[in-house]
Amino acid sequence: MDLKIKKMIKVSVIDRKGEAHELEAPTDMNMNLMELCKAYELPVKGTCGGMAMCASCHCYVESSHELNEASDDEEDMLDQAFFVEDNSRLGCQIFLTNDLDGLKIRLAEESE
Amino acid sequence: MIKTDIIIIGAGPCGLFTVFEAGLLKLKCHLIDSLPIPGGQCAEIYPKKPIYDIPGYPSILAGELVDNLMEQIEPFQPGFTLGETVEKVEKLEDGNFLVVTNRGIEHTAPVVAIAGGLGVFEPRKPPISNIVDFEDKGIDYIVKDPEKFRDKKVVLSGGGDSALDWALFLANGVAAEVSLVHRRSSFRGHPDSVDKVMQMAAEGKINLITDAEIIGLNGDDNLKELTIKHKTQGEILLHTDYWLPLFGLSPSLGPIADWGLNISKNSIQVDTLDYSTNVPGIYAIGDINTYPGKLKLILCGFHEATLMVQSAFKTVYPDKRLSFKYTTVMGGISGFEDKKDD
Repeated sequence: MDLKIKKMIKVSVIDRKGEAHELEAPTDMNMNLMELCKAYELPVKGTCGGMAMCASCHCYVESSHELNEASDDEEDMLDQAFFVEDNSRLGCQIFLTNDLDGLKIRLAEESE
Repeated sequence: MIKTDIIIIGAGPCGLFTVFEAGLLKLKCHLIDSLPIPGGQCAEIYPKKPIYDIPGYPSILAGELVDNLMEQIEPFQPGFTLGETVEKVEKLEDGNFLVVTNRGIEHTAPVVAIAGGLGVFEPRKPPISNIVDFEDKGIDYIVKDPEKFRDKKVVLSGGGDSALDWALFLANGVAAEVSLVHRRSSFRGHPDSVDKVMQMAAEGKINLITDAEIIGLNGDDNLKELTIKHKTQGEILLHTDYWLPLFGLSPSLGPIADWGLNISKNSIQVDTLDYSTNVPGIYAIGDINTYPGKLKLILCGFHEATLMVQSAFKTVYPDKRLSFKYTTVMGGISGFEDKKDD
């Protein structure tokens, strides 16, 4: 019998129209927030596929979760995004782990 | 007029490999790409990133993959139109397609293969509602002729090399006043350029405004004033003649959306039999296409290109029979002696 318990967390994503989406995310698949949003068909492009090289998954972290610190690559890429705030992150660099249960994020405005 | 057998729109890995597979069938190719260099995303976004899922290569840098592909297709003498964006694809009465770029270069062929990846790389535009009102009226996304800024007030935005290099260039006796606005106090550009900018800022030659971002534009016919949001000082107004937002390039589908192709979620729908689109003679391969089970992988694009040229052959030579041969049986690759398309 497989005793491994599948871990799921809840993540709340507010889209660009202000609508909230409650997403269920597995934490045993090495998944990031950008991939989760795409899996739920939310309007996140994820152009570079998660290499922190395009900023199309720019979002704001609205809950008080302690996240891993942004790497230099991520900070550099945020330089090419717009309306960057102190709570700005690239979704592809937020890896979904059990301690992020209840995470609340808002999608940043898209540039053309 | 450039004439060839297959016009390939997009010179990324998938477009480049198409030249090879087409060449084996004695079909000539001409590639068109909006970037000034071949390689697409591999060259523009991540040349120094290793790729681990190219069969036969445990690890290869994206830039190296492009170099290798260029070497592999060299015997087939493809033509290139680089740094130009395809604007028009039109079917002519003789059955051939006419493909015209933004600079008016005309290409014609019986087959068009769209290997456009993510679309056209264009400058990233800040999402400020009235920004289009001032494009070419004070706002430039690319510096074409720096003389335009002589004795003018210029504001630059961005933290990368292009913002730093142009700030340095313009502050050295070209513009009357140069301001550089950046969202944080560190820059990602070349350390040497960063040092020089800091030095010129200390000398008062560059007005360096960090922890700030431009959020508003004012003017009449031309741009006159920028609203800067500073992290601690709130909103600041800055008079200027020009604003250069230099935030890099980002891809968009661009004119591809207007060619009468069936599009779904920014991708071109194809038949997996031969990666043909709804327009006979136009194919779509690689990241730009979609079909049930689609995976955006370079290796899948190579497969799609290979099957696609088999079908393209029948379009180019409806009466010829195609015999399939392994490259190992051919005893080497026999290329073309000279270019057919010029």
